[in-house]
Amino acid sequence: MNGEEVGLIGILFAVLGGAIRVGTPFLFVSLGECLTERSGRINLGLEGNLVMGAMLAYGISYISGSPWLGVLAAAGAGSLLGLVHALLCQQPRVNDIAVGIALMLFGTGLAFFWGKPFIQPTAPHLPAISLGGWSDMPALRAALEINVLFIIGIILAPALAWFFRTSRWGLNVRCVGESTEAALAMGLKVNRVRLLSTMVGGALAGVGGSFLSLYYPGSWNEGLSSGQGLMAVALVIFARWDPVKCVYASLLFGGAAALGPALQSVGVTWGYYLFNAAPYVLTLAIMIATSSAKRRLPGMPGVFSNVK
Amino acid sequence: MTVPSPFALEAVNITKRFGAMIALDSVSLSLRRGTVHALLGENGAGKSTLVKCIMGYYLPDEGQVLFGDREQSISSPHDAHLLGIGMVYQHFTLIPNMTVAENLVLARPRLPAVINWRAELASLEKEMKGMPFQVPLQASVNTLAAGEKQKVEIIKQLLLNPKVLILDEPTSVLTPNEADEVLSRVRAMTQERELSVLIITHKFREVMNYADDVTVLRKGKYIGSTTVAEATPQSLAAMMVGRETIASPLQRAQRQRGNASLDVTDLWVENDNGVDVVCGLNLTVHDGEIVGIAGVSGNGQKQLVEVLAGQREPLRGSVRLHGAAYTATRAQMHEHRFRCLPEEPLRNACVGPMSVADNLALRRYDRPPYSSKSRILHRAIFKRIAREWVESFGIRTPGIEAPIANLSGGNVQRSVLARELSDAPHVLVVANPCFGLDFGAVAEIHNRIMAARNGGAAVLLVSEDLDEIMEMSDRVVVISGGKLVHETTPATADMTRIGQFMAGH
Repeated sequence: MNGEEVGLIGILFAVLGGAIRVGTPFLFVSLGECLTERSGRINLGLEGNLVMGAMLAYGISYISGSPWLGVLAAAGAGSLLGLVHALLCQQPRVNDIAVGIALMLFGTGLAFFWGKPFIQPTAPHLPAISLGGWSDMPALRAALEINVLFIIGIILAPALAWFFRTSRWGLNVRCVGESTEAALAMGLKVNRVRLLSTMVGGALAGVGGSFLSLYYPGSWNEGLSSGQGLMAVALVIFARWDPVKCVYASLLFGGAAALGPALQSVGVTWGYYLFNAAPYVLTLAIMIATSSAKRRLPGMPGVFSNVK
Repeated sequence: MTVPSPFALEAVNITKRFGAMIALDSVSLSLRRGTVHALLGENGAGKSTLVKCIMGYYLPDEGQVLFGDREQSISSPHDAHLLGIGMVYQHFTLIPNMTVAENLVLARPRLPAVINWRAELASLEKEMKGMPFQVPLQASVNTLAAGEKQKVEIIKQLLLNPKVLILDEPTSVLTPNEADEVLSRVRAMTQERELSVLIITHKFREVMNYADDVTVLRKGKYIGSTTVAEATPQSLAAMMVGRETIASPLQRAQRQRGNASLDVTDLWVENDNGVDVVCGLNLTVHDGEIVGIAGVSGNGQKQLVEVLAGQREPLRGSVRLHGAAYTATRAQMHEHRFRCLPEEPLRNACVGPMSVADNLALRRYDRPPYSSKSRILHRAIFKRIAREWVESFGIRTPGIEAPIANLSGGNVQRSVLARELSDAPHVLVVANPCFGLDFGAVAEIHNRIMAARNGGAAVLLVSEDLDEIMEMSDRVVVISGGKLVHETTPATADMTRIGQFMAGH
């Protein structure tokens, strides 16, 4: 095996491992956003949930010594932010996009404010499972260090799809998201369904944040998130509001984000910042490629079709 | 022992006020068990308000609803459903992105926490055998035609085994054949099972053929009830409109066919889901003629009108007005005096929250006399013209500054008519102009469209109502699968053949 081949395979494994590592927060935020949007609300504030979740998870893990307690705290904080979003949005003449942006700024600001003391210390991390023990290639072994949250995430995605298809609550969520009038005529409590969906969605985004601080990159600082919470919104559109497709989309985005570091690791130094911009370029490209002025997006919840 | 009441449902002296307006003034209605009862009345007569009081959407200010011999306090549609009162609404309440089966299962008042789809589908298929018509269970609702959706709506209610079924204008989206099918099956059901039906309508034909009793409302007041056996269309019309004169019959002026004003060549258009629905359509409309496009809804009519109105871009093909290419720009519309009465005028031709006066000015607000060369609007002119048209077109509105969305359907349509017809249009496109309107308004709208034709306009009339097409048109074409498949004139038309072409044979 010559050096060039090792380099290529190395890049491949690095991108694969990166896709999983970087994709995990995308996965949780997009599943959360998927649930919220299927109920007929758009929560742009999930970036705030993500950052708040990251800070709180790190802090609680540091104080208590248990990273899982940190994850739980992140979920709780996320659902609280979701609750605020839902309560504000169900007031008359309140726009969910505006509330989302306000809560995004609120969540990140609050997290930075409370998170100052946790920038220095080291908190216990979340565990990983090594699935690459059979291989003697270090690059592959590294790529197959699978974090537990990712595994929870890929179980959660089909579970959510099942929930939408076969559970009463899931049908209620879809019904509310497709047509407010039809849902009211069926006697569903539209605001309550949306409130719960936004809260659970917010909790999932919080868990996504805990991954950032407790696994990868694995520390708390103010530059931790690079807009994953916002990109997840684009990702849900790309995934056509289908939770299982959210997994693929997250891996794709994660892989794109891992491209820059992977190239750098094998010595390609030019264009580092260019490659780092890959996920953002991908977001734009996907939005352009999948949107149409003439066609309705397949799978889009019905209540959005009036606003497009 | 008490004798059970002969009535399945009674509304006694219901009064409902909205602010100062009295929508219902002590109205009563008695629905006999096992019968079809028609609720007849003009636009704004209070039919829908009465039904909404029964269903629990509105709380009546006075009066009671008796169901099964007992006074019931129904405070929400959910309560009504639990009692066994089902309602099929004028507008579809199905969820388009779900399958028929999902819609049917969702309608049940109590769902299990986890749904066993295999068992549900099996039991639905079994239950469908006892239904008056069949629908494809696995199909997504947004792929169904209007007639099929209406059938699903009715089946959705029947699956709940209601004792009383209320149908709000159930045939307004159906072809005559479909309407006959649905109504005769519904009537048969009242005899087969313990079901009583209350049907809101303004079509005499349906009352005479399918109802046992009829109650007439006018302007929120109870006018009378009678059995259909004792009624005639004339007696019902007199009850419905009172002493008001019935509109004069259509005056079709004899005139030579003029130049080809609207010319559509090889037009291809796709729908919102990217499917081609207008497929190589060719069409010419001459000055001074009405060309009627007949067809079952969903065969591309809607998208054709949207292209002409400028709401949709065609894939390819050409549209010409007076020989010049037409791409639906505002300048071209003005130059060719292109005017349009789209279906659902509130959505397609009005800005709901804007005032009646502003909506009436939408076509010409950027030109004199509405605005000066410097594009400053003259609000006084807006008001003057609006007042004139409100007067001359009989638009019933609280005022010209009221949001147009607050007006009833007929008055929204009158407002759009006033705007589109007042400056002698040269090319006029009309789509389902009388959808959901009562017969008085229908006659008036038909007369105004005919007057535009007599004045030399080239009129394209798209309608799902075959009677309307036959009555109005000089030439009739049939659309099927996005193409015109048949052409005839009302005088020489063979209705059976038209029906076959409409059905795509």
